[in-house]
Amino acid sequence: MKAFISVIGDDKIGIIHGVTTVLKKHSVNVLDINQTLLQEYFAMVMLVDLEKMSIDFKQLKEELATAGEEIGVSIKIQHEDLFSTMHSI
Amino acid sequence: MINFQNIMETIKMIEKEKLDIRTITMGISLLDCCDASGKAARRKIYDKITKQAEKLVRVGEEIETEYGIPIINKRISVTPMALIAQASEDTSYVAFAKTLDEAASAVGVNFIGGFSALVQKGYSKGDRILLDSIPEALALTEKVCSSINVGCTKSGINMDAVQDMGRIIKNTAFLTKERDSIGCAKLVVFANAVEDNPFMAGAFHGVGEAESIINVGISGPGVVKCALENVKGESFDVMAETIKKTAFKITRAGQLVAHEASARLGVPFGIVDLSLAPTPAIGDSVARILEEMGLESCGCHGTTAALALLNDAVKKGGIMASSHVGGLSGAFIPVSEDEGMIAAVKAGSLNLEKLEAMTCVCSVGLDMVAVPGDTPASTIAAIIADEAAIGVINNKTTGVRIIPVHGKTLGDEAEFGGLLGTAPIMAVSKFSSEDFIKRGGRIPAPVHSFKN
Repeated sequence: MKAFISVIGDDKIGIIHGVTTVLKKHSVNVLDINQTLLQEYFAMVMLVDLEKMSIDFKQLKEELATAGEEIGVSIKIQHEDLFSTMHSI
Repeated sequence: MINFQNIMETIKMIEKEKLDIRTITMGISLLDCCDASGKAARRKIYDKITKQAEKLVRVGEEIETEYGIPIINKRISVTPMALIAQASEDTSYVAFAKTLDEAASAVGVNFIGGFSALVQKGYSKGDRILLDSIPEALALTEKVCSSINVGCTKSGINMDAVQDMGRIIKNTAFLTKERDSIGCAKLVVFANAVEDNPFMAGAFHGVGEAESIINVGISGPGVVKCALENVKGESFDVMAETIKKTAFKITRAGQLVAHEASARLGVPFGIVDLSLAPTPAIGDSVARILEEMGLESCGCHGTTAALALLNDAVKKGGIMASSHVGGLSGAFIPVSEDEGMIAAVKAGSLNLEKLEAMTCVCSVGLDMVAVPGDTPASTIAAIIADEAAIGVINNKTTGVRIIPVHGKTLGDEAEFGGLLGTAPIMAVSKFSSEDFIKRGGRIPAPVHSFKN
């Protein structure tokens, strides 16, 4: 299963490090990263592969959300099918 | 990788514009639960519902977690109870409603629909017992919803049932008077009721349906409104296209959730209901979409045309996005559940007469409308008759969910709480319909040629 991780918030040092530390800990492979500044906001989307993930999805989601709170950004993880279904015929 | 902007668009829809899946509703046939003993029938009903829907809430929550899209309600619809209960010798079906309530609580759903009867052409033995049981059943249960079909295009309108429903609604309002007559918020009177509706209070599992199915109702008025904010001042053509494209995306999310829920529960997928279902929350209102189109306040002249365009464009966009579309599909206009509608009533721009006109082009009918508690039963019956006539003549579903709030009058408000919202009391005609309603009998089925 693949998923998108989205990170939105004020730009600051260490955002990618904060996210990837959680991912590395649980054997989640990053396939692609895309980031931009939307007005004053930092927005990053990561495509990740959860095949070899060492914890269940709900726990990963909670750990990412906690990491986000520590960094001061919003971090969400969602199954990739939601995006592909909504934006393609 | 999927287009970055598309990903951000979806996230924005969910986070800021209140995109959600309004309901996953599991339809369950109870046809095999009939029994000459009411007690035995109720045990079969409880066992079947709790077994079939055992995993419904958990699966709904799993999907919500994985896809990151809120699924607000998990619900159950069952075969119209009059059909099941009348095999028994029972003379009241209140106990059947209590069984439904207990089963719903056991599996954790928030509503169960199907305390229903289809009486468009006349009453069978059990239909009459069910109707008489409604006020007490709705007063003594929390989660049970009731619906009665009193008319259809093929058979006309059963005016005896319309008359009875006026009285039953008044009784229901009285028995739940401590809570602003909330029992009436769980009761719909339909014409041309659909058998696969996932939305409450009108959901029931039709006899033509499979053993069990998954139906999904989508939402997203906020998403449509935000999309229209980007085409301010553009022509109607541009507006219709914008709504269609937005509806397509929203419906695709619904289709995905329906497909997943169906696979995980091992229950066939039924339909996606392409509905714009509002909530009392700011930014989740159908009325505000109409105002975004250029109307100063919902209910002013032009509202019916605006709603017609919206309803049609939602259907056109949604139909291609789902493999099976059904239910009530369109825009809902429940007054108490829509922040913009409530504001429009308070501002004096929206009244019952205009709402009635709007129901000619929306997906259902007069929905969640509070009227003075001293409104005569015959006036309520006449309101139902008017709505049923609109549905029967125009070959569409119409419904009435009206609450004569006991002890309240014009200027007051009824507070139902949660998704049911707050309803300002609306004025009804002060002139009597008594002699019209008391005639009884049936209004014949309409001719469907010579359309003018």
